[in-house]
Amino acid sequence: MQDILIFENVRQVFYTDTQETVAIEDLSFAVKKGQFAAILGPSGCGKTTVLSLISRLIKPTSGQIKILSDNPNAVGYMLQHDHLFGWRTIEKNITLGLEILGKKSKEDYLYANTLMEKYGLGEFKTHYPNQLSGGMRQRTALIRTLATRPDILLLDEPFSALDYQTRLNVCEDVYSIIRKENKTAILVTHDISEAISLADVIFVLTARPSTLRATHVTGLQDIPSPLKRRESKDFSAQFQILYNYLNGGNK
Amino acid sequence: MKNNTALSPQHLKYLKNKKKAAIAVHVARLGLLVVFLGVWELLAVTGAIDVFLTSSPSRVLETIVTMTTDGQLLKHVWASLYETVAGYVIGTVAGYLIAVALWWNVHVRKVFEPYLVVINSLPKIALGPLIILWAGTGKNSIIVMTVLISVVITAISLMNGFCETDKNKILLMQSMHATKLQTFTKLVAPANLPTLTATLKINVGMSWVGSIMGEYLVSREGLGYLLVYGSQTFRLDLVMSCTVLLCALAGVMYAIVAVAEKLLLKNKY
Repeated sequence: MQDILIFENVRQVFYTDTQETVAIEDLSFAVKKGQFAAILGPSGCGKTTVLSLISRLIKPTSGQIKILSDNPNAVGYMLQHDHLFGWRTIEKNITLGLEILGKKSKEDYLYANTLMEKYGLGEFKTHYPNQLSGGMRQRTALIRTLATRPDILLLDEPFSALDYQTRLNVCEDVYSIIRKENKTAILVTHDISEAISLADVIFVLTARPSTLRATHVTGLQDIPSPLKRRESKDFSAQFQILYNYLNGGNK
Repeated sequence: MKNNTALSPQHLKYLKNKKKAAIAVHVARLGLLVVFLGVWELLAVTGAIDVFLTSSPSRVLETIVTMTTDGQLLKHVWASLYETVAGYVIGTVAGYLIAVALWWNVHVRKVFEPYLVVINSLPKIALGPLIILWAGTGKNSIIVMTVLISVVITAISLMNGFCETDKNKILLMQSMHATKLQTFTKLVAPANLPTLTATLKINVGMSWVGSIMGEYLVSREGLGYLLVYGSQTFRLDLVMSCTVLLCALAGVMYAIVAVAEKLLLKNKY
């Protein structure tokens, strides 16, 4: 498989009045097309910085980030909360990205509509976000991100705001939609079990300044559901390995 | 979905009690006004209070009727209403535009911040003499006064609203590569519709303060003019009538804005 995202010796420094903080030091990794990757790190390890770098909201201090795609809108960003706009209907929320891109072609809107119908949002098109459940809102947020047809989906702990029950269901939901749409996904999280249950490959980061501690392949891509993955027999063994990585053990 | 026939007796009782409480509020409100007017009238009729100083509800009504029939009332009400509404619209629109400019550019915002604070704290009435010299003694002066009173507070509250737009929603817009203009029209402006309607409500009062104060300073017509004229000639019937009319006009204007707010915001916010 072909690489789609490459980090090469990326270093990121932030400045405040009193100090200089190295958030990321010499970070290199590559995500292959169609992969579901997870970036796992301890709290405050600069995960948000990695996300901002991938979505090109900030430029690295040094090093290179390559996105191998002709699509000018290659990266779609799904935030922690759904951030649906209360004054827009579900349909208008979903087509927000298209409006911004100035993509007014019938085909694009048709695609957004197809997604809505396919994933059960058709009957809620004219509803407003406050009429939807937390799970449905999160699904709407995902479809909004997919509507602009990005190659890479960035997921910033998209389930952390939900209660545990909803969380498992939405996780299931988001996973199956991403797989069906054949997208490359990068999940950023500090939740070890979430990373194992979703990802094919997990990049474990160290505490700040973040750098790559280990690359862990779950080998669970043949199990089609995050819930089933949690039941697989080496789940707890993998959990242990990743837990050790996070706590400073070496490979 | 349950319909009415499926409601339990307890539920019906709950709804009935709720309705009763709501009616009680309305009755008490109206009652308060009736009692106040009744006592006022009674004291006036029995001579317990001096109607020369306090007027009375019947005399107020009589004054309003007389002035309506000779066309005086309409002329004065129209003058005040025109100044107030003109000042209201200009002040709000200008305040909104200033707020947009200040939100748009951090540098500009920082430069203007202390000036805004000072202008906001300044009692605008102090500018009265200057306004008369610059804008003349006509309606324009009064409109300028009205605008001055509403524009600064409008600009400041809207700017604060704009700047407090959810940072994560801004991030969402940036991740979609939205331009500054798109961020404003698609996120910041609609997200601050409640801020705008709150400002519109506050400005109803502000504009009436502006126009009546303006008329105190310089005018030949309007309710503020009548108030001053009435007090100087000791026609308390006239003063009271004008006060009652002002209450009614401001109330109606506020009600219109409140209805507009309800329609604009519905259940979306």
